[in-house]
Amino acid sequence: MTLHTLNRPPSNAALLADCLRACSSGDTLLLIEDGAYCAQASLPLQLPAGVAACVLAADVAARGLNNRLAPGIKQVDDAGFVQLCCDHARVISWY
Amino acid sequence: MIFSLLVYAAPHSHQAAESAYRFAVACLAQGHSIHRVFFYGDGIHGASALATPPQDEPNLPDRWQTLAQTHGLDLVVCIAAAVRRGVLDANEAHRYEKPGHNLHEGFELSGLGQLTEAAIVSDRMITFGA
Repeated sequence: MTLHTLNRPPSNAALLADCLRACSSGDTLLLIEDGAYCAQASLPLQLPAGVAACVLAADVAARGLNNRLAPGIKQVDDAGFVQLCCDHARVISWY
Repeated sequence: MIFSLLVYAAPHSHQAAESAYRFAVACLAQGHSIHRVFFYGDGIHGASALATPPQDEPNLPDRWQTLAQTHGLDLVVCIAAAVRRGVLDANEAHRYEKPGHNLHEGFELSGLGQLTEAAIVSDRMITFGA
C-alpha cells in the first residue's frame, strides 16, 4: 500500500493523470497545498477502484474550499498526514 | 517510527518549504523521530542566515534551528546545491575566497551520501517537492 501526495492544482492535468495512473487498489491519495483544489466537487477525481482520497485540512481552509469539497474526500490534519505515512509502506510525492 | 525529510522548496517561493516544517513538528509531537532533514535544490535557501522576511511572516531558517535545538535534529544542506546558489559556511567561503558566509547556525553542509544514508536508515522518507 502506497500513500501518494499531490501538491499541484488540477490545471496541471498531466501530473494529476500520471499520479492517478500510478495509484492502485489499497493506495491513498493525499491532496496537499495547491493539490487541495483537486478535491473540489465541481472537478470530480477519476479515482481507480479501491483508492481513497483525502485532503489536508489547513490547505483547504487557506484556500476557502470548505464548502466546495467533493463528498467522500476526508479532511486530515497534520497529525493525520503523519499517521497516513505510518499506515502505508511507502510514500510517493507528486509535484 | 524513524522519518527523514527531503526539502526541495525555497521559503517564500513555494508552500512546500512550510509544509515540510509543519510535518516535522507534527511528527515529533506524535513521538516519532526524525533522523535527518535534507535540503536540496532550491530548498537550500531554507538554510540562509541572511533571509529577512517581514516580521509578520515566518522565518523558516530560524524555526528549523529552534526545532533542531529542541529535538536534536540533523539539518543537512547539499553542499553543491548550496555553494552554487550562494549559501556558504566559513570553510567554503574561505575555499572560494568569498567576502562572507551565511549558512544559518544549526545547519551543516554535506554531500548526497547523507541523503542516501538517511533513506537507508529511515522507515519513511518524505519528499516536499516544489
